Amino acid sequence: MNSSPSDLLGLFAHFLVLSMLAVGGAITTVPDMHRFIVAEHHWLTDAQFTASIAIAQAAPGPNVLFVAVLGWNVAGALGALATMTGILIPSTALSLWATRWGSQRRDTRGVRAFTTGLTPLTLGLLLSTGWVLAEPYLRSADHRWGALALIAVTALVMLRTKLSPIWLVALGMVVGGLGWV
Amino acid sequence: MTAAPLPPTTPEALAAPGSKLELFTAFTSLSLQGFGGVLPVAQRELVERRRWLSKEQFVEMLAVSQVLPGPNVVNLALMFGDRCFGLRGAFAALAGMLLAPMLIVLALTALYGHYADNPVVTGALRGMGAVAAGLIISTGLKLLTTLKRNAMGLSICLGFGAATILATAWLRLPLVWVILGLGSLAIAVAWAKLRP
Repeated sequence: MNSSPSDLLGLFAHFLVLSMLAVGGAITTVPDMHRFIVAEHHWLTDAQFTASIAIAQAAPGPNVLFVAVLGWNVAGALGALATMTGILIPSTALSLWATRWGSQRRDTRGVRAFTTGLTPLTLGLLLSTGWVLAEPYLRSADHRWGALALIAVTALVMLRTKLSPIWLVALGMVVGGLGWV
Repeated sequence: MTAAPLPPTTPEALAAPGSKLELFTAFTSLSLQGFGGVLPVAQRELVERRRWLSKEQFVEMLAVSQVLPGPNVVNLALMFGDRCFGLRGAFAALAGMLLAPMLIVLALTALYGHYADNPVVTGALRGMGAVAAGLIISTGLKLLTTLKRNAMGLSICLGFGAATILATAWLRLPLVWVILGLGSLAIAVAWAKLRP
């Protein structure tokens, strides 16, 4: 795409707004990114959009990097810069401010009620994310048992040993590459 | 204040990063090990290997980083860095977490076009995806033990946890509503239980 400065600015501005809405992680704003980039501006096709997210999932690093891949696919290096700074600046500023505010008051009843109350939700969200990631594999008859076995082995090794997760990822890559999953 | 157990803030057993450089390299290294999500690696490295945080502190930071907007694990890096070395520490941890992986993912993006239809590549991606799911699930299971110290009591906690899973994985409700609804209720219960 030939991106004009105003396109880049629009991309940046849109991601600034999404940053503040991304409660629960950047991945929760994917539907809106799709609406903006694919449906409204036709900067990427559906397939390009989905592939951008898949690549970021397969690469090391936080999931938020799919935002950089989207920006890159829309407008190259400047596009990646626009989307990443957009998604990071507001939430970073707010995070720093909120943690400092909270840690000065961490022993007050209000702040303790806040963290005490939200802890079970946090753990529920983790398990739920695991389920959402696993579900597409478990739904497909071709991949159900292989994926289930791999998930079970992973969980067991993580709970019982101190092995680094990277070895399990390598195992998944090899087993999957061989066509067993 | 009651005798409700507080997460231990500074047990003697915990260590701390020696410098901003150590913080940067530690977050680069854990980020580079994080395929399909950095959280499981962050838990393993920060809590189990380096012992920079206790399990309870980790869950507490995670809880806060999840309700704040923005990427969870990035918020976690910011908070931890800020706690160690202030603003510079926060940016050292953030840069460590993002710089190297961003270069890698953009290089992969450039390569991917050539291999998108290769069955070995799609199979490998599928295998890695299944492992990523298993990693997240095991991290959640491992951290469940922290609920035993929660002032709301284990059964109320498990109830809120189950309701969250139901709302997000089954009903697929928008997270904002889950946090505002269930979250406010949970905070209200905790507020009542923490009555001095």
